[in-house]
Amino acid sequence: MTGVRLIEVKEEILADNDELARDIREKLREKRTMLLNLMSSPGSGKTSLILRTMEGLKDRYRLGVIEADIDSTVDAEKVAAGGVPAVQLKTGGFCHLDATMVGQGLEGLVKKDYDLIIIENVGNLVCPAEFDTGAHKNVMILSVPEGDDKPLKYPLMFSVCDLLLINKIDYLALSDFDLNALRKRVLTLNPKIVILEISCRTGAGIEAWLSWLKKEMEDFKK
Amino acid sequence: MHEMPITESILNIVLKHAMMNETRKVMVVHLQIGKLSDLEDEWLQRYFDYLSKGTIAEGAKLKIERMPIVVRCDACSSTFEAEVSRIGNLVCPSCGAESGTLVSGREYYIKSMEVQ
Repeated sequence: MTGVRLIEVKEEILADNDELARDIREKLREKRTMLLNLMSSPGSGKTSLILRTMEGLKDRYRLGVIEADIDSTVDAEKVAAGGVPAVQLKTGGFCHLDATMVGQGLEGLVKKDYDLIIIENVGNLVCPAEFDTGAHKNVMILSVPEGDDKPLKYPLMFSVCDLLLINKIDYLALSDFDLNALRKRVLTLNPKIVILEISCRTGAGIEAWLSWLKKEMEDFKK
Repeated sequence: MHEMPITESILNIVLKHAMMNETRKVMVVHLQIGKLSDLEDEWLQRYFDYLSKGTIAEGAKLKIERMPIVVRCDACSSTFEAEVSRIGNLVCPSCGAESGTLVSGREYYIKSMEVQ
Protein backbone atom coordinates (compact mmCIF):
# COMPACT_ATOMS: atom_id res chain seq x y z
CA MET A 1 0.00 0.00 0.00
CA THR A 2 1.47 3.27 -1.10
CA GLY A 3 0.88 6.38 0.96
CA VAL A 4 -0.34 9.67 -0.42
CA ARG A 5 2.45 12.07 -1.38
CA LEU A 6 2.25 15.81 -1.88
CA ILE A 7 3.92 17.18 -5.00
CA GLU A 8 4.70 20.88 -5.25
CA VAL A 9 3.57 22.03 -8.70
CA LYS A 10 3.81 25.83 -8.51
CA GLU A 11 2.81 26.56 -12.08
CA GLU A 12 0.67 29.26 -13.62
CA ILE A 13 -2.29 27.61 -15.34
CA LEU A 14 -2.03 29.97 -18.29
CA ALA A 15 1.77 29.84 -18.51
CA ASP A 16 1.73 28.37 -22.04
CA ASN A 17 -0.61 31.05 -23.33
CA ASP A 18 1.33 33.82 -21.61
CA GLU A 19 4.59 32.61 -23.08
CA LEU A 20 3.17 32.42 -26.59
CA ALA A 21 1.65 35.89 -26.16
CA ARG A 22 5.04 37.31 -25.11
CA ASP A 23 6.58 35.66 -28.14
CA ILE A 24 4.01 37.22 -30.52
CA ARG A 25 4.50 40.63 -28.87
CA GLU A 26 8.28 40.52 -29.26
CA LYS A 27 8.26 39.27 -32.86
CA LEU A 28 5.82 41.98 -33.92
CA ARG A 29 7.87 44.60 -32.10
CA GLU A 30 10.91 43.60 -34.15
CA LYS A 31 8.82 44.06 -37.29
CA ARG A 32 7.50 47.35 -35.89
CA THR A 33 3.92 46.18 -36.18
CA MET A 34 1.65 47.33 -33.38
CA LEU A 35 -1.02 44.80 -32.37
CA LEU A 36 -4.19 46.21 -30.84
CA ASN A 37 -6.80 44.02 -29.14
CA LEU A 38 -10.30 45.48 -29.35
CA MET A 39 -12.85 44.11 -26.90
CA SER A 40 -16.49 44.83 -26.01
CA SER A 41 -19.96 43.33 -25.69
CA PRO A 42 -21.77 42.21 -28.85
CA GLY A 43 -23.30 45.15 -30.68
CA SER A 44 -21.36 47.94 -29.02
CA GLY A 45 -19.64 48.99 -32.23
CA LYS A 46 -16.34 47.14 -32.70
CA THR A 47 -16.77 46.63 -36.44
CA SER A 48 -18.09 50.18 -36.92
CA LEU A 49 -15.05 51.54 -35.10
CA ILE A 50 -12.70 49.48 -37.26
CA LEU A 51 -14.40 50.79 -40.40
CA ARG A 52 -14.05 54.39 -39.12
CA THR A 53 -10.41 53.73 -38.26
CA MET A 54 -9.69 52.36 -41.73
CA GLU A 55 -11.27 55.45 -43.30
CA GLY A 56 -9.03 57.69 -41.23
CA LEU A 57 -5.75 55.80 -41.46
CA LYS A 58 -5.54 53.54 -44.48
CA ASP A 59 -3.95 56.16 -46.75
CA ARG A 60 -1.06 56.74 -44.36
CA TYR A 61 -0.62 53.42 -42.60
CA ARG A 62 -0.55 49.75 -43.56
CA LEU A 63 -3.46 48.20 -41.70
CA GLY A 64 -4.61 44.63 -41.16
CA VAL A 65 -7.56 43.21 -39.24
CA ILE A 66 -8.09 39.89 -37.50
CA GLU A 67 -11.78 39.21 -36.94
CA ALA A 68 -13.00 36.65 -34.46
CA ASP A 69 -16.50 35.29 -34.28
CA ILE A 70 -18.05 32.12 -33.03
CA ASP A 71 -19.16 31.21 -36.55
CA SER A 72 -19.56 33.79 -39.32
CA THR A 73 -17.53 35.81 -41.83
CA VAL A 74 -19.76 38.89 -41.92
CA ASP A 75 -17.25 41.19 -40.22
CA ALA A 76 -14.22 40.21 -42.31
CA GLU A 77 -16.25 40.73 -45.48
CA LYS A 78 -17.17 44.27 -44.38
CA VAL A 79 -13.55 45.09 -43.60
CA ALA A 80 -12.19 43.58 -46.80
CA ALA A 81 -14.79 45.55 -48.78
CA GLY A 82 -13.19 48.69 -47.30
CA GLY A 83 -9.87 47.74 -48.88
CA VAL A 84 -7.99 46.46 -45.84
CA PRO A 85 -6.60 42.90 -45.55
CA ALA A 86 -8.72 40.92 -43.12
CA VAL A 87 -8.75 37.38 -41.86
CA GLN A 88 -11.71 35.79 -40.15
CA LEU A 89 -11.17 33.34 -37.32
CA LYS A 90 -14.09 31.16 -36.40
CA THR A 91 -13.61 30.31 -32.77
CA GLY A 92 -15.97 27.34 -33.01
CA GLY A 93 -17.87 28.10 -29.85
CA PHE A 94 -14.97 29.56 -27.90
CA CYS A 95 -15.92 32.75 -26.13
CA HIS A 96 -12.55 34.48 -26.52
CA LEU A 97 -9.31 34.54 -28.49
CA ASP A 98 -6.11 33.18 -27.04
CA ALA A 99 -2.53 33.63 -28.22
CA THR A 100 -2.59 30.44 -30.33
CA MET A 101 -5.59 31.66 -32.31
CA VAL A 102 -4.07 35.12 -32.77
CA GLY A 103 -0.89 33.42 -34.04
CA GLN A 104 -2.99 31.60 -36.64
CA GLY A 105 -4.69 34.87 -37.57
CA LEU A 106 -1.33 36.56 -38.10
CA GLU A 107 -0.25 33.67 -40.34
CA GLY A 108 -3.46 34.09 -42.29
CA LEU A 109 -2.91 37.75 -43.18
CA VAL A 110 -1.70 37.77 -46.77
CA LYS A 111 0.70 40.71 -46.82
CA LYS A 112 3.52 40.54 -44.34
CA ASP A 113 4.29 44.15 -43.44
CA TYR A 114 1.91 46.17 -41.32
CA ASP A 115 2.05 49.27 -39.14
CA LEU A 116 -1.05 48.27 -37.22
CA ILE A 117 -3.04 45.07 -36.87
CA ILE A 118 -6.35 45.28 -35.05
CA ILE A 119 -7.84 42.17 -33.45
CA GLU A 120 -11.61 42.30 -33.18
CA ASN A 121 -12.10 39.95 -30.25
CA VAL A 122 -15.26 37.91 -29.63
CA GLY A 123 -18.10 40.11 -28.34
CA ASN A 124 -17.97 39.39 -24.62
CA LEU A 125 -16.94 41.41 -21.55
CA VAL A 126 -15.89 38.38 -19.50
CA CYS A 127 -13.55 35.85 -21.07
CA PRO A 128 -11.39 37.94 -23.43
CA ALA A 129 -10.08 39.87 -20.42
CA GLU A 130 -8.46 36.72 -19.01
CA PHE A 131 -6.35 35.73 -22.01
CA ASP A 132 -3.26 37.58 -23.17
CA THR A 133 -3.49 37.76 -26.97
CA GLY A 134 0.01 39.13 -27.51
CA ALA A 135 -1.36 42.61 -28.20
CA HIS A 136 0.69 45.71 -27.35
CA LYS A 137 -2.42 47.72 -26.51
CA ASN A 138 -5.84 46.68 -25.18
CA VAL A 139 -8.80 48.85 -26.05
CA MET A 140 -12.42 48.36 -25.06
CA ILE A 141 -15.70 49.89 -26.10
CA LEU A 142 -18.66 50.44 -23.80
CA SER A 143 -21.73 51.80 -25.55
CA VAL A 144 -24.25 54.09 -23.85
CA PRO A 145 -27.25 51.69 -24.13
CA GLU A 146 -25.31 49.06 -22.12
CA GLY A 147 -25.44 51.24 -19.01
CA ASP A 148 -22.95 52.88 -16.63
CA ASP A 149 -22.94 49.94 -14.19
CA LYS A 150 -20.81 47.65 -16.34
CA PRO A 151 -17.51 48.34 -14.49
CA LEU A 152 -19.20 46.97 -11.38
CA LYS A 153 -20.21 43.78 -13.17
CA TYR A 154 -17.11 43.17 -15.29
CA PRO A 155 -14.26 44.76 -13.33
CA LEU A 156 -11.49 42.66 -14.88
CA MET A 157 -12.16 43.91 -18.42
CA PHE A 158 -11.96 47.54 -17.30
CA SER A 159 -8.80 46.88 -15.32
CA VAL A 160 -6.78 45.39 -18.23
CA CYS A 161 -7.44 48.06 -20.88
CA ASP A 162 -5.31 51.07 -21.89
CA LEU A 163 -8.21 52.95 -23.45
CA LEU A 164 -11.97 52.97 -22.97
CA LEU A 165 -14.11 54.31 -25.79
CA ILE A 166 -17.66 55.26 -24.80
CA ASN A 167 -19.54 54.73 -28.05
CA LYS A 168 -23.05 55.82 -29.12
CA ILE A 169 -22.58 59.06 -27.22
CA ASP A 170 -25.34 60.48 -29.46
CA TYR A 171 -27.80 58.34 -27.45
CA LEU A 172 -26.82 60.01 -24.19
CA ALA A 173 -29.80 62.41 -24.10
CA LEU A 174 -32.20 59.47 -24.47
CA SER A 175 -30.78 57.51 -21.56
CA ASP A 176 -30.07 57.83 -17.86
CA PHE A 177 -26.42 56.87 -18.42
CA ASP A 178 -24.32 58.81 -15.88
CA LEU A 179 -20.97 59.70 -17.47
CA ASN A 180 -19.47 61.04 -14.24
CA ALA A 181 -20.41 57.93 -12.28
CA LEU A 182 -18.97 55.76 -15.04
CA ARG A 183 -15.68 57.69 -15.13
CA LYS A 184 -15.31 57.44 -11.37
CA ARG A 185 -15.99 53.69 -11.38
CA VAL A 186 -13.58 53.02 -14.21
CA LEU A 187 -10.77 55.22 -12.88
CA THR A 188 -11.00 53.56 -9.48
CA LEU A 189 -10.39 50.20 -11.15
CA ASN A 190 -7.74 51.51 -13.49
CA PRO A 191 -6.31 54.97 -12.78
CA LYS A 192 -4.13 54.91 -15.91
CA ILE A 193 -6.91 54.25 -18.42
CA VAL A 194 -7.71 56.92 -21.02
CA ILE A 195 -11.43 57.54 -21.60
CA LEU A 196 -12.79 59.03 -24.83
CA GLU A 197 -16.38 59.65 -25.90
CA ILE A 198 -17.26 58.80 -29.50
CA SER A 199 -20.09 58.07 -31.88
CA CYS A 200 -19.26 55.82 -34.81
CA ARG A 201 -22.61 56.80 -36.31
CA THR A 202 -22.18 60.61 -36.30
CA GLY A 203 -18.38 60.65 -36.30
CA ALA A 204 -18.20 62.63 -33.05
CA GLY A 205 -14.93 62.05 -31.18
CA ILE A 206 -13.43 59.91 -33.96
CA GLU A 207 -10.66 62.50 -34.52
CA ALA A 208 -9.64 62.23 -30.85
CA TRP A 209 -9.55 58.43 -31.12
CA LEU A 210 -7.42 58.59 -34.27
CA SER A 211 -5.05 61.07 -32.60
CA TRP A 212 -4.64 58.73 -29.63
CA LEU A 213 -3.98 55.83 -31.97
CA LYS A 214 -1.49 57.74 -34.14
CA LYS A 215 0.42 58.90 -31.06
CA GLU A 216 0.59 55.34 -29.72
CA MET A 217 1.83 54.12 -33.12
CA GLU A 218 4.50 56.83 -33.29
CA ASP A 219 5.65 56.08 -29.72
CA PHE A 220 5.70 52.38 -30.58
CA LYS A 221 8.02 52.94 -33.54
CA LYS A 222 10.57 54.87 -31.46
CA MET B 1 -17.59 30.77 -19.36
CA HIS B 2 -14.08 29.76 -20.38
CA GLU B 3 -13.68 26.83 -17.99
CA MET B 4 -12.94 24.37 -20.79
CA PRO B 5 -9.58 25.75 -22.04
CA ILE B 6 -8.54 26.49 -18.45
CA THR B 7 -9.33 22.90 -17.47
CA GLU B 8 -7.33 21.57 -20.41
CA SER B 9 -4.31 23.56 -19.23
CA ILE B 10 -4.76 22.30 -15.67
CA LEU B 11 -4.94 18.68 -16.84
CA ASN B 12 -1.84 19.01 -19.03
CA ILE B 13 0.19 20.48 -16.19
CA VAL B 14 -1.09 17.87 -13.74
CA LEU B 15 -0.23 14.98 -16.08
CA LYS B 16 3.22 16.43 -16.75
CA HIS B 17 4.02 16.57 -13.03
CA ALA B 18 2.48 13.14 -12.46
CA MET B 19 4.85 11.69 -15.08
CA MET B 20 7.90 13.48 -13.70
CA ASN B 21 7.14 12.11 -10.25
CA GLU B 22 6.24 8.58 -11.36
CA THR B 23 2.84 8.50 -9.74
CA ARG B 24 0.11 5.91 -10.20
CA LYS B 25 -2.85 8.07 -9.35
CA VAL B 26 -3.66 11.73 -8.79
CA MET B 27 -6.04 12.19 -5.86
CA VAL B 28 -6.31 15.93 -5.28
CA VAL B 29 -5.17 19.05 -7.15
CA HIS B 30 -4.79 22.24 -5.12
CA LEU B 31 -5.49 25.39 -7.11
CA GLN B 32 -5.31 29.05 -6.24
CA ILE B 33 -7.70 31.21 -8.24
CA GLY B 34 -8.22 34.94 -7.73
CA LYS B 35 -11.62 36.24 -6.78
CA LEU B 36 -11.60 38.51 -9.84
CA SER B 37 -11.91 35.46 -12.06
CA ASP B 38 -15.46 34.36 -12.70
CA LEU B 39 -14.66 30.67 -13.09
CA GLU B 40 -17.29 28.40 -11.60
CA ASP B 41 -15.76 25.77 -9.33
CA GLU B 42 -18.44 23.25 -10.17
CA TRP B 43 -17.89 23.56 -13.91
CA LEU B 44 -14.13 23.28 -13.54
CA GLN B 45 -14.66 19.97 -11.76
CA ARG B 46 -17.17 18.72 -14.34
CA TYR B 47 -14.89 19.55 -17.25
CA PHE B 48 -11.95 18.04 -15.41
CA ASP B 49 -13.87 14.81 -14.83
CA TYR B 50 -14.75 14.70 -18.51
CA LEU B 51 -11.29 15.51 -19.88
CA SER B 52 -9.35 13.33 -17.45
CA LYS B 53 -11.22 10.10 -18.25
CA GLY B 54 -8.78 7.30 -18.95
CA THR B 55 -5.80 9.21 -17.51
CA ILE B 56 -4.18 8.73 -14.11
CA ALA B 57 -5.90 11.95 -13.03
CA GLU B 58 -9.36 10.44 -13.52
CA GLY B 59 -11.43 10.94 -10.38
CA ALA B 60 -9.11 13.57 -8.89
CA LYS B 61 -10.76 16.32 -6.87
CA LEU B 62 -9.98 19.97 -7.55
CA LYS B 63 -9.62 21.93 -4.34
CA ILE B 64 -9.84 25.61 -5.08
CA GLU B 65 -8.56 28.29 -2.78
CA ARG B 66 -10.03 31.65 -3.74
CA MET B 67 -7.39 34.34 -3.42
CA PRO B 68 -8.56 37.73 -2.14
CA ILE B 69 -8.57 40.88 -4.21
CA VAL B 70 -5.87 43.05 -2.70
CA VAL B 71 -5.42 46.67 -3.68
CA ARG B 72 -2.57 49.07 -2.91
CA CYS B 73 -3.69 52.64 -2.30
CA ASP B 74 -2.08 55.06 -4.79
CA ALA B 75 -1.97 57.82 -2.17
CA CYS B 76 -0.66 56.19 1.02
CA SER B 77 0.59 52.82 -0.33
CA SER B 78 -1.23 50.80 2.31
CA THR B 79 -2.81 47.58 1.07
CA PHE B 80 -6.35 46.43 1.71
CA GLU B 81 -8.78 43.73 0.62
CA ALA B 82 -11.77 44.47 -1.58
CA GLU B 83 -14.84 42.50 -2.57
CA VAL B 84 -15.75 42.14 -6.24
CA SER B 85 -19.04 43.95 -5.68
CA ARG B 86 -17.24 46.99 -4.22
CA ILE B 87 -14.37 47.19 -6.63
CA GLY B 88 -15.84 50.03 -8.70
CA ASN B 89 -16.29 52.17 -5.59
CA LEU B 90 -13.03 51.67 -3.72
CA VAL B 91 -12.11 53.84 -0.79
CA CYS B 92 -8.82 53.32 1.06
CA PRO B 93 -9.65 52.50 4.70
CA SER B 94 -6.45 54.23 5.88
CA CYS B 95 -6.56 57.58 4.11
CA GLY B 96 -9.86 57.75 2.21
CA ALA B 97 -8.25 58.05 -1.27
CA GLU B 98 -10.27 56.62 -4.14
CA SER B 99 -7.65 55.13 -6.43
CA GLY B 100 -5.61 52.01 -6.03
CA THR B 101 -3.62 49.44 -7.98
CA LEU B 102 -4.46 45.77 -8.02
CA VAL B 103 -1.86 43.66 -6.20
CA SER B 104 -3.60 40.29 -6.35
CA GLY B 105 -6.92 38.74 -7.25
CA ARG B 106 -6.15 37.50 -10.76
CA GLU B 107 -4.30 34.30 -9.81
CA TYR B 108 -4.54 31.16 -11.92
CA TYR B 109 -2.12 28.92 -10.13
CA ILE B 110 -1.61 25.22 -9.49
CA LYS B 111 -0.04 24.98 -6.08
CA SER B 112 0.36 21.26 -5.44
CA MET B 113 -1.20 17.85 -5.85
CA GLU B 114 -1.74 14.79 -3.73
CA VAL B 115 -0.77 11.59 -5.50
CA GLN B 116 -0.22 7.91 -4.91
